[in-house]
Amino acid sequence: MRLRGWRKVAFYVVCTALLVWTVFPVYYMVMLSLVPWEDLFKPRLYVAHPTIENYLQTFTQSNYFVSMFWTQLWNSVSIALMTTLAVLVVGTLGSYALARIHFRGSRAISSMTLFTYIIPSSFLSIPFFRLMADYDLIGTKLSVVLVMITFASPYAVWILWDYGRTIPPDIDEAAAIDGAGPLAVFFRIYLPLIAPPMVAIATYAFLYSWNEYLYAVLFLSGEKHITIPVMMGNFLATDDAPWNILMTVSVLYSIPPVIFYYCFRRHLVSGLVTGAVAGT
Amino acid sequence: MNETAATVVGPLAAPRRERWLGKTVLGLAFCGPLICLFLFLVLFPIAFMIYMGLDRDIYSDIFSDPVFIQTLWNTVIFVGVAVNLKMFVALVLSALFSVDHRFSRILSGLFLLPWAIPSLPGILAFRWMLNGQWGIVNKILNDLGFEGYPWLVRRPTALAAAIVYHIWKYLPFWTLIFVAGRRSIPKELYEAGEIDGTAPLQKFRYITFPMLRNLYMICSLLSMVFSLGDFVIIKIMTGGAPGDSTHVLATLAYRYTFQMGKIDWGVGTFITALPVTLLFIFILIRWVK
Repeated sequence: MRLRGWRKVAFYVVCTALLVWTVFPVYYMVMLSLVPWEDLFKPRLYVAHPTIENYLQTFTQSNYFVSMFWTQLWNSVSIALMTTLAVLVVGTLGSYALARIHFRGSRAISSMTLFTYIIPSSFLSIPFFRLMADYDLIGTKLSVVLVMITFASPYAVWILWDYGRTIPPDIDEAAAIDGAGPLAVFFRIYLPLIAPPMVAIATYAFLYSWNEYLYAVLFLSGEKHITIPVMMGNFLATDDAPWNILMTVSVLYSIPPVIFYYCFRRHLVSGLVTGAVAGT
Repeated sequence: MNETAATVVGPLAAPRRERWLGKTVLGLAFCGPLICLFLFLVLFPIAFMIYMGLDRDIYSDIFSDPVFIQTLWNTVIFVGVAVNLKMFVALVLSALFSVDHRFSRILSGLFLLPWAIPSLPGILAFRWMLNGQWGIVNKILNDLGFEGYPWLVRRPTALAAAIVYHIWKYLPFWTLIFVAGRRSIPKELYEAGEIDGTAPLQKFRYITFPMLRNLYMICSLLSMVFSLGDFVIIKIMTGGAPGDSTHVLATLAYRYTFQMGKIDWGVGTFITALPVTLLFIFILIRWVK
């Protein structure tokens, strides 16, 4: 479509406005991470005296607010990795059943999966807290991981199921005739075939857990045990928080998701789109 | 069907029935982890919460708390305005990204940034930008000759800030969904429209919108349910301030339960919202399937 006259002008105006709206907060965040403490309270649109001091302080943990940065980073990473692994197991098994085995109860299972996907996770925070307290799990990584698995698995199942049912059924049947049992079919045929969406799902599960704030703040406490977002939230507890350091942590914490999203955006969006569009 | 056939045909159909039974066991076995998660970590907590919330006194207590009433309104405003404004703008913008132009291609790449960046960094950046004394927004206003405003210290603008952040963060995602939705509309419809000499706005009204209406409704409803339980935006942007006037359901329940030690009030807060939420969820499940 070619644009002419006032429509061309309008197109450029809207695009420019949208560009500024989208990028400005990100630009400001990155900019603040390069601002020295003395300039923090002199708001400017650019960095007058750029410094990497904030990054150095964060990496060497020499600021009180980031004194446990690497430990907390490891907490975030390890919780996310455990979630990813578990979601892959739950998701591949469940999607195999839904996509390849026609059995009674599959409709009920897909409904409950959808239900879990939609219900806001915060609604379950109080009973979850009680549950974890009863089993003495408060303060452990496992408590957060369990909640993350619960809420990240449904989407995994849906995407893998959606992909799994496009594989022609003849493949399983041929394998069954050759005497392969269901487990052999699952491991030798199904898993290799659904490898592409599995990579996207692993990314999704990792980021779901990486981004989580509520359950991390509920279940984890103490400098040594909290994750990065909880540490960031703790900056707000004091009035003299170094916001330039906070923005430095923000930038560092945002880098993995941004890389992941740009690598896998097609998979992540298309999965939900096919679900939503097909549903209409 | 299967069972009647089995009774009529008798022994002949037995192996088939056995195979079918075997399949059911197999299917349930593969779904085992999923079913366990659902039973123990979704259904049981919900049932437990409803059980905790059975005491009627809770509701007379919280409904006489002015903060609770205000929170209900805040939630309605937050969800209603943020989601609907966002969806409408997303629908309009999806037209922009459907235009094949270098600018819109570059933009669609950068446009994903807010969605990719986790909640906390984004909210914190907004919070500092809107800071009354040292925020860049007031600085720009001052430079332009206007008075600065304590955005996060007044209830209306603090709520508005939460809404603006929500739109900033989630607009890209839903716009992409609508772009995909537009791509699935058959080209012939527009070609037929062009032969008839349909104006662009009429094209939108008679072709695009009717084709996207279901998608639009599903997405709006889905986004509303997601936003009903939002915790992090208000918690980090305002913390409920000024004076507990900007809470939403999740942050108030958190305050009741974990800061005031009134676990039953927290439960009551969620239970109050549960009927609407469940209704929305059931509509969605019926729609999507």
